[in-house]
Amino acid sequence: MWAEIAVSAVKVAVIAGTVLTLVAVMEWVERRGAAFIQDRLGPNRVGPLGLFQPIVDAVKLLFKEDLTPANVNRGLYLLAPMISVSVALLTFIVIPFGAGKDITVFGVPLGGIEVAPDLGVGVLFLLAIGSLGVYGIVLAGWSSNNKYSLLGGLRSSAQLISYELSMTLAVLGVLLATGSLRLDAVVARQGGQFWLGVIPQWNVVPQILGCIVFVVAVFAETNRLPFDLAEAETELVAGYHVEYSSMKFAAFLMSEYMNMVTASALIVTLFFGGWTFPGMGRFSGWPLLALSLVAFGIKLAFFLWLFVWVRWSLPRFRYDQLMRLGWKGLLPLATLNLVWVGVAMAMGWIR
Amino acid sequence: MMGTAVFYLVAVVGVVSALVAVSHKNPVVNVLSLVVTLFCIAVSYALLGAEFLAAAQILVYAGAILVLFLFVVMLLGAPEEPPVGERRPFQRVAGLALAGIAAAGSIAVLAGIRVAAPAGAAQGTAEALGRLLVGPYLFAFEFISVLLLAAMVGALMLVKRKH
Repeated sequence: MWAEIAVSAVKVAVIAGTVLTLVAVMEWVERRGAAFIQDRLGPNRVGPLGLFQPIVDAVKLLFKEDLTPANVNRGLYLLAPMISVSVALLTFIVIPFGAGKDITVFGVPLGGIEVAPDLGVGVLFLLAIGSLGVYGIVLAGWSSNNKYSLLGGLRSSAQLISYELSMTLAVLGVLLATGSLRLDAVVARQGGQFWLGVIPQWNVVPQILGCIVFVVAVFAETNRLPFDLAEAETELVAGYHVEYSSMKFAAFLMSEYMNMVTASALIVTLFFGGWTFPGMGRFSGWPLLALSLVAFGIKLAFFLWLFVWVRWSLPRFRYDQLMRLGWKGLLPLATLNLVWVGVAMAMGWIR
Repeated sequence: MMGTAVFYLVAVVGVVSALVAVSHKNPVVNVLSLVVTLFCIAVSYALLGAEFLAAAQILVYAGAILVLFLFVVMLLGAPEEPPVGERRPFQRVAGLALAGIAAAGSIAVLAGIRVAAPAGAAQGTAEALGRLLVGPYLFAFEFISVLLLAAMVGALMLVKRKH
């Protein structure tokens, strides 16, 4: 029993540590990437290529004055960033980051690089916990007692509810094709086989519509441009976190980046084969584990870069455009995708 | 043993937050306490082996419906309710009597209940639930869908007529 707890604890530590490190790395990528896209240099003074900039930023945020404005609802004001961070930290426990089903460590089966491989509801857990993240933003907006914050919080809640629907419908297509709610089953179904001998059987090929809807919806769910109306700085100063300073502000920033990592990992897992890679049938055990982590890392890096790329390329939507896209664009497309998957499976076009 | 400890924890937290939900003066706190209560109920479902129901409970109630509640409360400005004077004294007596009957009834029912489900009796998986929904309960399932659609169309009609 103690060996099992130890293996689980090490898994949690390694995965959470990796995600939190990715948050720091992404902050650097975001600033350097923005500079690259806008043809300037970006932060390049601290360490090689400015790589130590996130450390310096973290120290700065830790030592800044932690200001609580008068007339805020103190309890909820403190609770809001905690909810955001807790939700962001909880969601990635069902994502399989790598192979390792056949490996035992100290007599304990590893069960893959996944914190909770035995959770039967799998991706539903992620969607359910993820849907609680909106409370962090809404409460931050309301408890700050500031009209800009309140507007940001209100916009965010309407936006998240609208896009959650399309996102869930897009996920349903994949779950229907898999016949299981577990993400490792989703990954297993996509690996090892090819159409015409070259195209890997990833869900993105038959379900390109669902994939597009899902990617757009997670951009909205993570409050990233072009959907960051909750903090639209040209109208709302900084939106829901305008009254937050120091580490409380950093908590919102961190949860945004953690959500980005989770969202990218989910796109990779659901539509791009997860940790599988061509030719993986020749490996097993530890070499397969190492190579699967590399494969997952490469795919993950692409989608993380996509988040940065889109942010610095597209302008922000107007609010009515956002709602129209969500309800009149994405929702019908997601429904169409679901119907298509159902018909294709009934006709035997996809197994 | 672990399951029993978790059950008592979520039972106490759920009941306390339900009390806060009906008694606190601030509407936003009321809604949040209700979220905590629903979350505790979801954990109880999970303890009973109904994983799917637990996830659906959080996804639908805590994640969507109560966000709408919060949205409305925030839009209306959420004034703190002033304490209402006792207008009908018999209300308190009648309420207490009814609560007493409900409590006696639930104690009588709950006395024989075991906390955690016996191993292997888990019927709450998504597959089992799905087979029930499109099998024996197909008519009820479809009927509820049509009912919800009708309610939605009706709500739209009511809103339209005002303009």
